Amino acid sequence: MGEYVLEMNHICKSFPGVKALDDVSLKVRPGSVHALVGENGAGKSTLMKCLFGIYIKDSGDIILNGKNEEITSTKQALNLGISMIHQELHPIRFRPVMENIWLGRFPKKGIMVDRRGMIRRTRELFQTIDLDINPETQAGDLSPSTLQLVEIAKAVSYRAKIIIMDEPTSSLTDNETEHLFKIIRQLQQHGCAIIYISHKMEEILKICDEVTIMRDGKLIGSWQASEMTTETMINKMVGRELTDRFPKKDYTPGKEVVLQVKDLCSAAPRSFRHISFELHKGEILGIGGLVGAQRTELVESIFGLREIASGEIVKDGGKIEIRRVEDAKRNGFALLTEERRASGVFAHLSVLDNTVIASQRRYARHGALSNTLRVRAAEKMDGELHVKTPSLGTEMENLSGGNQQKVLIARWLLTRPDILILDEPTRGIDVGAKYEIYTIMLQLIRQGKSIIMISSEMPELLGMADRIMVMCEGRLTGILDRGEANQVSIMRLATKYMN
Amino acid sequence: MNKEKAIAREKYASIFLVAGGIIFLFGMIFGLFFRTKKVYDLPWLIAIIGAVCVLYGIMQRVNRKKLGSEVEFSGKKAKSFFLKYALIFALFVMIVVIIFIEPNFCQKDVLLDILAQSSIRLIIALGICMTLLIAGTDLSAGRMVGLAAVLSTSMLQDPAYANRFFPNLPYLPVILPILVAVVCCGLFGILNGFLVAKYNMHPFIATLATQVIIYGVCSLYFDLPPNHSQPIGGVRNDFTALAQTKLPGNISVLIPIALAVTCVMWFVLNKTVFGKNIYAIGGNMEAAKVSGVNVFRTLMGIFILAGVLYGFGGVLEAARTAGATNNYGNGYELDAIAACCVGGVSLAGGIGKVSGIVVGVLIFTVIQYGLQFINVSPMWQQVIKGVIIAVAVAIDLSKYKKVLWH
Repeated sequence: MGEYVLEMNHICKSFPGVKALDDVSLKVRPGSVHALVGENGAGKSTLMKCLFGIYIKDSGDIILNGKNEEITSTKQALNLGISMIHQELHPIRFRPVMENIWLGRFPKKGIMVDRRGMIRRTRELFQTIDLDINPETQAGDLSPSTLQLVEIAKAVSYRAKIIIMDEPTSSLTDNETEHLFKIIRQLQQHGCAIIYISHKMEEILKICDEVTIMRDGKLIGSWQASEMTTETMINKMVGRELTDRFPKKDYTPGKEVVLQVKDLCSAAPRSFRHISFELHKGEILGIGGLVGAQRTELVESIFGLREIASGEIVKDGGKIEIRRVEDAKRNGFALLTEERRASGVFAHLSVLDNTVIASQRRYARHGALSNTLRVRAAEKMDGELHVKTPSLGTEMENLSGGNQQKVLIARWLLTRPDILILDEPTRGIDVGAKYEIYTIMLQLIRQGKSIIMISSEMPELLGMADRIMVMCEGRLTGILDRGEANQVSIMRLATKYMN
Repeated sequence: MNKEKAIAREKYASIFLVAGGIIFLFGMIFGLFFRTKKVYDLPWLIAIIGAVCVLYGIMQRVNRKKLGSEVEFSGKKAKSFFLKYALIFALFVMIVVIIFIEPNFCQKDVLLDILAQSSIRLIIALGICMTLLIAGTDLSAGRMVGLAAVLSTSMLQDPAYANRFFPNLPYLPVILPILVAVVCCGLFGILNGFLVAKYNMHPFIATLATQVIIYGVCSLYFDLPPNHSQPIGGVRNDFTALAQTKLPGNISVLIPIALAVTCVMWFVLNKTVFGKNIYAIGGNMEAAKVSGVNVFRTLMGIFILAGVLYGFGGVLEAARTAGATNNYGNGYELDAIAACCVGGVSLAGGIGKVSGIVVGVLIFTVIQYGLQFINVSPMWQQVIKGVIIAVAVAIDLSKYKKVLWH
């Protein structure tokens, strides 16, 4: 038995078109809290999923307690004493808390589930980490923060030696965070190691012993937490050179304001509030922020997909009402959603159908769709955007991510919008296709269209946007001009309200 | 077997042209000169198969887009080809087996009978397929058929008939009661659509509720004095003519009617914004919403159009049987759903073609008709029918089998 409870050596993992992990190593000492930090998309979650058996690594070794292990399933990981608390919780809402905890390993009496035994064991478990919840409460009745603590109890119940916590405090208040830290210290005393993923620098400095920093799927290094400051960590997280990853910009936006958003508040609790900004003609306005900053919620509300409680939207000098997507389309908005698979592509429909779906009415003559018109429009637009497809009849799911994205952009360009909202336009596509999409964006602003671009990739924001608006926890924390924006200033605004 | 072989499309087309031509000629010569009582109309069937091959060859030749490309032959291609047309093969095999057992199955009249019997089912299946395409279902179809049958016949009885539903009803133009029946079904379609679109109810439960309501309403109407739930008879000849007329060549009038409805539905599903939206909603509801598809209006449209088709089917059913009771159409929806699934409509939504539904319905009728023809007991017929549904859908689904991605 060595000095580490867990060693992950030279881990590599690729997805089609993307190298998500490139020779990453992580060493965790028993009884320590090890922070894993990096920007969104740096590969932290992928690394942890490889450890937890959700993904299977392409190469590299995982050594647990000095023994080389091939982890191929979540069940195996749990048996090896690894458990993971996910960022997004998916409890079975209409079942009691205790059933959520013991799922898959219910205590039994003969062939029956031992309900009393389960209640007793849940009580004992909750006692060890100072939780006061009735085991028979429905999981759906608990607040997200309590659920987070229940999830931790569940991890403890596996008698895990290593607990992975993926942004455990994102939904916790200060008091609850304190409670969590108390639990973490208790677990530490029992010799349990914790891998702690977080964006909150102060928290990391407070609770963690060691810090490993990742960037772009690569390891930057590991340090003692006592050697680090917020400043040095941010610099290491984002410090990279920008070389020719973006096409040259040869167009300066006009002064004319095309869109004005005034004091917009979401109707949903805990979402965005009091957001005001302006968009100029021919401008790319970037929206930066961390996961959970409510950026997607903001643009989807402007597009009529979510309800707005108050505030107004002024376009080209006139106030407009957007209640439904049709209103947004009529007013010249287009939205490329964040989740390409979930709310973008029709996987089993043809490229042709996917391209023309949003502008269908234009190709109807006396109620009958004209195939000639549809094909002509799709051919022209897909051609302009260099969509690579065997034919227009090919099913959409057979295209690569980058080409699917181009088809979706073509879909929206056919509606002749003048404001395009692009939510993470280059997520999950390879570097070459990203460059093509940037080129398309520049073409569009040259034609006098305006673009709002949400991006979690800092270089993308800095490379493409004329101005960058940063949000944190549903609030606008600042709008930076191209000149004053850099990775550190954005990161500082993005974590402004985090402790 | 996995050796790949490619030939030019022109050559591929020629093979079909020549082979089809030979089969066609063989059938014609056989039929004209050597036809005996023993083989019935078999030669003509062979000639038809030959003609289809020739047509396919011509289409391959004429299709400009495909011209010049090569046709690949490989084990994989053959497998996917077989899977794609598995149902047609199944239908073919079934017919051959039945012909072997009972050679007089291959008669023109048998073929026409099968088509006529498929007609009304096809109309109902085409209505229900839209609700399946959006990953829903419609359990009220059968009861709507019954409602339309009772409504139309009750107002179209012979003035000389003793047991009239409305003894003092004047002689109505035949179109009026038909319209009433169809419109009533359309109204229940509105109810279905409203429950689904407005309250986001799953179509299964929404249409189950409507189904029960319709049956109740229909039974109440059927029980009105002086009828008191007696089967409605004495239907006027000008009404029954709608379904019983024989066109020259002993062709039932139902066949061209079903053909027309099929064409209309093909047009609706493939050539209108409404139809494209149905596929979009079934394929990815979220993406459809984001694209600005009016989901509410589309859902309403689906259920209303479906209701109208059931109503029309019910009217034809009443005309065909020259009568009606409140139990007409009971269970038709399940047959229609099964036929759609056998024909490749996915219950997960978004996938399904009109041609597949036609084949699905035909398979069902051939099973039923064929098994009766060779005197299989009705109980065994049920067992065989169930097995065929399961096998056919299993084969169809293996097309979409996905390899898990890690």
